[in-house]
Amino acid sequence: MIEIKNISKNFGKLKALENVNLRFNKAECIALIGPNGCGKTTLIKTILGMVLPDSGDVFFNGQSIKNDTAYRKQLGYMPQIGRYPDNMTIGQVTEMIKGIRTQKEPQDKELADAFNLDKLSHKKMRTLSGGTTQKVSATLAFMFKPQVLILDEPTAGLDPIAAEILKAKIIAAKNDGCLILITSHLLSELEDIVSEIIFMQDGNVRFHKKVAELKADTGRETIAQSILHLLKSGTA
Amino acid sequence: MGTSIREKYCYRISSLKMLIRFYLLLMPVLLLPEICAANATNVLRVGKGQSYGSIKAAIAASSHGDTVIISAGLYQEGNIIIDKSIFIQGEGKPILDGQLKFEILSVKANHVTIKGLVLKNSGRSAMDDPGAIKVYDASNVLIEGNTLLDNYFGVYLQYSKNCIVKNNFIRATQLLEHQSGNGIHCWKSDSLQIIGNKTYGHRDGIYFEFVTHSIIWRNLAYNNLRYGLHFMFSNDNAYISNLFKNNGAGVAVMFTKKVVMINNSFEDNLGDAAYGLLFKEISDCYLSGNKFIRNTTGIFFDGSNRIIIERNIFKENGWGMRLQANCMDNVIQLNNFLGNTFDMATNGSLTLNMFSENYWDKYQGYDLNRDKIGDVPYHPLSLYAVIVEQNPPAMLLYRSFMVNLLDQSEKLSPSLTPENFVDNKPSMAPHNL
Amino acid sequence: MIRLLKYVILDIVKNKIVIAYCIMLALFTWSAFGLEDNVSKGILTLLNIMLLAVPLVSVLFATIYVYNSNEFIELLLSHPVKRSVIWKALFIGLSLSMVAAFIIGTGIPLLFFADFSTALIMIVAGCMLTIIFVAIAFLSSILTRDKAKGIGIAVMLWLYFALLFDGLVLFIFFQFSDYPIEKPVVLLSALSPIDLCRILILLQLDVSAMMGHTGAIFKNYFGSNLGLLVSFLLLVLWVAVPFYISLRKFKKKDL
Repeated sequence: MIEIKNISKNFGKLKALENVNLRFNKAECIALIGPNGCGKTTLIKTILGMVLPDSGDVFFNGQSIKNDTAYRKQLGYMPQIGRYPDNMTIGQVTEMIKGIRTQKEPQDKELADAFNLDKLSHKKMRTLSGGTTQKVSATLAFMFKPQVLILDEPTAGLDPIAAEILKAKIIAAKNDGCLILITSHLLSELEDIVSEIIFMQDGNVRFHKKVAELKADTGRETIAQSILHLLKSGTA
Repeated sequence: MGTSIREKYCYRISSLKMLIRFYLLLMPVLLLPEICAANATNVLRVGKGQSYGSIKAAIAASSHGDTVIISAGLYQEGNIIIDKSIFIQGEGKPILDGQLKFEILSVKANHVTIKGLVLKNSGRSAMDDPGAIKVYDASNVLIEGNTLLDNYFGVYLQYSKNCIVKNNFIRATQLLEHQSGNGIHCWKSDSLQIIGNKTYGHRDGIYFEFVTHSIIWRNLAYNNLRYGLHFMFSNDNAYISNLFKNNGAGVAVMFTKKVVMINNSFEDNLGDAAYGLLFKEISDCYLSGNKFIRNTTGIFFDGSNRIIIERNIFKENGWGMRLQANCMDNVIQLNNFLGNTFDMATNGSLTLNMFSENYWDKYQGYDLNRDKIGDVPYHPLSLYAVIVEQNPPAMLLYRSFMVNLLDQSEKLSPSLTPENFVDNKPSMAPHNL
Repeated sequence: MIRLLKYVILDIVKNKIVIAYCIMLALFTWSAFGLEDNVSKGILTLLNIMLLAVPLVSVLFATIYVYNSNEFIELLLSHPVKRSVIWKALFIGLSLSMVAAFIIGTGIPLLFFADFSTALIMIVAGCMLTIIFVAIAFLSSILTRDKAKGIGIAVMLWLYFALLFDGLVLFIFFQFSDYPIEKPVVLLSALSPIDLCRILILLQLDVSAMMGHTGAIFKNYFGSNLGLLVSFLLLVLWVAVPFYISLRKFKKKDL
């Protein structure tokens, strides 16, 4: 569904991505993991078209995303730190996004209801707590029933109840056949969601394996343990 | 009964009165034959179905004091010479056409009156300067209420005396100066009255050379190619309540003494060499109550002395006055300077003229003792006026922040502008003019 | 685009700075006409406000606003919206609201007090200056990610066009006063939008003086229909070029 070919990106001297090749398919749930500054967010932003690669290309359903914005209709994005115009209310932000997308598809209000956002819709964005902002981001990401979900640290800052609600929603989406990309440092959280793991370091993809494969290779029970084992043994 | 007696008495008295009145009324009629015999005037009528077919024939048949009445129609008779003291009157605006070849009317006798004619297309020649009406060496000529269109010269007076040119409409449409003469041209004449004429589109609207003791009153000069009014070597004249507007170079008074100019308006004379009023080599003149509005230069003084300029208005001119360094002993007082780009300009640093009690709208001083005179002297010459004088393209930067800064700092501590170019008693409020 | 524009303008109006700016302009203008004893002096006071304050406020406010819109831009970019549409909507929204503030604050009293042609040319010049300095703000805010630096660049550009440029031209005048420099100077003046606007207004206010001396050259150049058209096109270019460069840079910017 998404194919990344020979992507490189430098920020000045820093090599954020170095010749990255990846391929994601439908109904997969992929975890992007790696230490801070390894290029995860840059990779995500490249897929979203917010960062333009120095070389290489991203294909969405076989189409290059260069000079294309229509593919984002199939995309739901939840940023790590949601930043919204200060003076707009939650209601206005959702209304505006709806207006911009002008999609006929039925809207998914489940998350909004679960998070009780309707009650807060008159609140201005700058008055919201970090957690509430994340709730808004999550709601917006799922609202248009996208085929691809890109979630950057989705549960960071969420209270445990909200995190559970979100997790359940992610699993439901996966079962509906969505492609889901998650980055997270909380490896334990990924356990029951993820089907594949991509491990990145210094702008390079170290490996891209199915969860079962990873566990078998390392001989560990959980993803967290497997990764730790790899990091410690230095074979990653 | 008493009332009836009284009524009878009254009746007698009133009938006597009526009788006297009747005789009085008849008297002129009874005396008429005697008057006619004394002056022997005839009325000669010219026109279709009239006793004379041509103007020339009528004039030939006339004698001194006769009246020639010209009926409506077109008359192309070449040059018509008026050599008798006659009264020529147009009826229904007869048109005398010079066919671009002839001088139309040549007046060569005293006591001629020309009224109510339309004269057009006089000959054009710089050799003998043909005019629509040209007066040669005559006195007491009255030219009134005529319409003069597209002539070379309009009314031309030479060696004439005590003549009156009044309420004529004079217009030319030639585009170039050399194709056109002057509207009213006066040369070597004395005691003229030029009153209420309108001149448009000629070379000079009104031209005076070697003319003395004359008055120019209530004329309009619009859109003339060169000057609205042009004075040379003409002393002891007055011009009063005239309006000069949008002429190529405004009004010029040159090489002249003792001219009085009162209540005239000089407006919209725009251009590099255009002046509301140009003074060149003149002296002992008096100006009062004039208005100088929207001219590139209101008054330009060149080599002119002992002129009193008071109670005039200088408004929205590029330069209110341009006082060259070769002028002295002029008095400029009680005038209003309003909304001019520059109030003053000069080409040197020497000033021997007096400014006093003028109102300058750019004055920023104060009046603590409330005597309506500013307590701080005003220097009407701004720094940038000096800069532009030396470096004209710098005008392009006028009103920019830098220039405002320069001007303000110069006002606080004058360094480049002459110290004696000053009004020590600037008025706080505009004079009521 | 229109929908986006609606939200941008809504946001700017809520910002209240534009409203304050509008009220300030109105206060200045009414008092300039009310306090001065004649209209032409009021116009001159206004001219100074227009040539200095209007560009400064436009460039500062727009620069800060663009930096503060980073979140807004990021939010929109994950949705199917073209980058150019976002940038244009921001630009048009900012320009429209600043121009509206200028017209309400200054334009209406101008039409009320000054004669029509003077008022018209001052309003057009003021609007063009506003839009030009919004465009310059867009350029300076895309040149650097650092907000403080961006505002610095914007203020420096304003300083240059509003104050330094005139000094520079004046200096050239004196250095080359022995040469026929009228025409090069006309060309030079096109290099500063503030000067261009000032000259167009000068030709209206000081027409009597501009008809004299070499002023006539300027009058012939700027005062003719062709000159007016060229001047106007130059002003449009002053909007188009900075904005186009900023747009190109924005399309390639990483967020």
